[in-house]
Amino acid sequence: MEDNTLTQEIKPPDTSKGPVRWLRDNLFSTWYNTILTCLGLVFLFLFFKGFLTWVFTQANWRVIPANLQILMIGPFPIEQVWRIGIVFCTLLTLLGLSAGIWRGIVLQMAIAIVGVCLLLLLIPLDVVKEAENTSATLEFNLNIFYLIFIKRIWLLGGLVLLVGTFFIGRKKDGLKKWIIGGWILSFPWTMIMLHGFGENTISTTNWGGLLLTLLLAAVGIVACFPLGVLLALGRRSQLPAIRWVSTVYIETIRGVPLITILFMGSLLLPIFMPGDFQLDTVIRAMVALTLFSSAYMAENVRGGLQAVPSGQVEAAQAVGLSYSKTMIFIVLPQAIRAVIPAIVGQSIALLKDTSLVFIIGLIELMGIRKSILGNQDWTGLHAEVSIFIAVIYFVFSYSMSIVSQEIEEDLGVGNN
Amino acid sequence: MNKKLFRIIALALTVMLVTPLLADKHGHESILDKVKNRGKVVCGVHGGLPGFGFLGEDGKWSGFDADFGRAIAAAVLGDPDKIEFVPLDAAERFTALQTGEIDVLIRNTTWTLSRDAELSTDFAPPTFYDGQGFMVPKSLNIKSIKELAGATIGVTGGSTTELNLADTMRSLGLDFKPLTYADIDTLYNSYDVGRVDAVTSDKSQLVARRKSLKNPDDHVILDATISKEPLGPLTIHGDNKWNDAVSWVVYATFFAEEHKITQKNVKNFKTDNPEIKRFLGESGEMGKKLGLPKDWAKQVIIAVGNYGEIFERNLTPIGLPRGINKPWTQGGLLYSMPFR
Repeated sequence: MEDNTLTQEIKPPDTSKGPVRWLRDNLFSTWYNTILTCLGLVFLFLFFKGFLTWVFTQANWRVIPANLQILMIGPFPIEQVWRIGIVFCTLLTLLGLSAGIWRGIVLQMAIAIVGVCLLLLLIPLDVVKEAENTSATLEFNLNIFYLIFIKRIWLLGGLVLLVGTFFIGRKKDGLKKWIIGGWILSFPWTMIMLHGFGENTISTTNWGGLLLTLLLAAVGIVACFPLGVLLALGRRSQLPAIRWVSTVYIETIRGVPLITILFMGSLLLPIFMPGDFQLDTVIRAMVALTLFSSAYMAENVRGGLQAVPSGQVEAAQAVGLSYSKTMIFIVLPQAIRAVIPAIVGQSIALLKDTSLVFIIGLIELMGIRKSILGNQDWTGLHAEVSIFIAVIYFVFSYSMSIVSQEIEEDLGVGNN
Repeated sequence: MNKKLFRIIALALTVMLVTPLLADKHGHESILDKVKNRGKVVCGVHGGLPGFGFLGEDGKWSGFDADFGRAIAAAVLGDPDKIEFVPLDAAERFTALQTGEIDVLIRNTTWTLSRDAELSTDFAPPTFYDGQGFMVPKSLNIKSIKELAGATIGVTGGSTTELNLADTMRSLGLDFKPLTYADIDTLYNSYDVGRVDAVTSDKSQLVARRKSLKNPDDHVILDATISKEPLGPLTIHGDNKWNDAVSWVVYATFFAEEHKITQKNVKNFKTDNPEIKRFLGESGEMGKKLGLPKDWAKQVIIAVGNYGEIFERNLTPIGLPRGINKPWTQGGLLYSMPFR
């Protein structure tokens, strides 16, 4: 044993992990780092102290559960809410089937939605309002369970459908075409379901809150894409007339603020319209948002088109592909892949831009905010309502951002 | 083949563009008939004004203005719920009326000569007489406008309010600093934290907003009123039949209060007064003359009550006193034309 002095035992490098280790490595590694960390914490505490005291002691958060219904659906008649439920279930069914067939990113999206739905199932936000009216504890507890169940029946149904159809989709690969068709039809289906027909028509003036925000954003994002691609191709076209028209369109739209376009749509358009013909205010806003967004989308796509080496086009022409085939199968897939971050950025911007339509009297989230503050019971609570709405916007914007990152990873953008 | 297709498309486009131009404007049909055919009144309201128009927690439009809309629906269609509310911004409210998007506009709109003459709108009798006033903190010990000399006064921009303020101060020869805000909430917030010394607006708004200040009792609304703001419903210019109907709905609420007819007693109201009998549709042909059902006024009272009840339901809770909005018999300005 005494001869073995050469092979002295060396401790293995410390590979321990965990929060304590992380803290020591990153925040308290040296004495001056420790001081800096402490100073930073004190600063953060002082900075957020006011805010946190306000959030937990002064803010009157009862305004949110009390007005949750109008924040979500606006003046949409509550007895007709099954229409929204059916639309929700339809979309989740399609998503479930798609997730089963394509897996990958769609599956991740589906999982994220399941997560959000479960979270919504557990937060008893809208029950608080009823709870205030009930006093007896036992009865109250039973009531809460009952209410949670009744109010969330659509959410629960949607979840079951999503998971169920996922397993169906996994086995039926032949459904692909039908599902793509289903997604395309889902938009008119949504509109018809929400609007209804005959006696039970629900006018678009009754669409509001988050429902309207999401509808406007979804229509804008989906519709501006094909228009943007066409404009981008038009701007690079060999035909001067098409090129000029596209360029003038893009530059004009990009040259004016969105508010101007919304005002044009809501104030000038009706004056030009002949006779009794009236374009619905919501439709006008959708058209204005789409037109506005497509100009920016066109420039995004054009950026992608320029990134595709000209050799690709030449190669496609050499094997005898027509212009449309070259574009659809060779150029656009590469071009769009390159600009996914820009496209998603544009979509997020559009989601937030929908808040401007409250200027033309639509009651999406910001319009509802104005209306809640106009209720004498809740005047002056603008900070509470604004923060809640900001959180909603953040959740949706950030989810879009995450999905975009997943898509990029899937397609290997930036790596190859 | 392609050429032929192109021609067909061109033809289709031309037809699509030209047809609406040729379509008859239906300019002769009164909105009253349109409303009856449609089975629904479309009413423009404010998207969020305490006491007057806002979306209630149950998703139904409430407020003083919304109730007058319901009164019209009850009179014409016999059902106060056969109405659709369109929240409108100050800028687009008149366009919405002119283009026929809404049938009637009840959105705290002041009756002025220019609006009456230039905007191709007709006014129905005012439902609320408002006036611009000032709110100041009690601690400043200000009792009249003259003591506001040198003060910083907060006001919302782009409104007649701003103009009235400047006119008044100039005519009194007072120096002041106006601070203009685009957003109502920011205005009252700044006032609350003391960035401005006083705030000016329609008194109804001052009263409603005072409630949401940190310490409402520390603030006082000056007695002085510097402008006349008669607020009432508007209809499109030239449609007299419709304007008559709307006007008499308003009168009906005045009349009912004058004669103590309420939501409760209207169904069994016993009277020998011939005018009240005509009002209730028990005799005469008041309804027919207006193109409304025989018991239209009764329906109005069943639906929303008399003027006093509408006021108490919507405006008393925000702390508004009746003021001059009282029947003429009690020294107010509400005066119904005779039902005969």
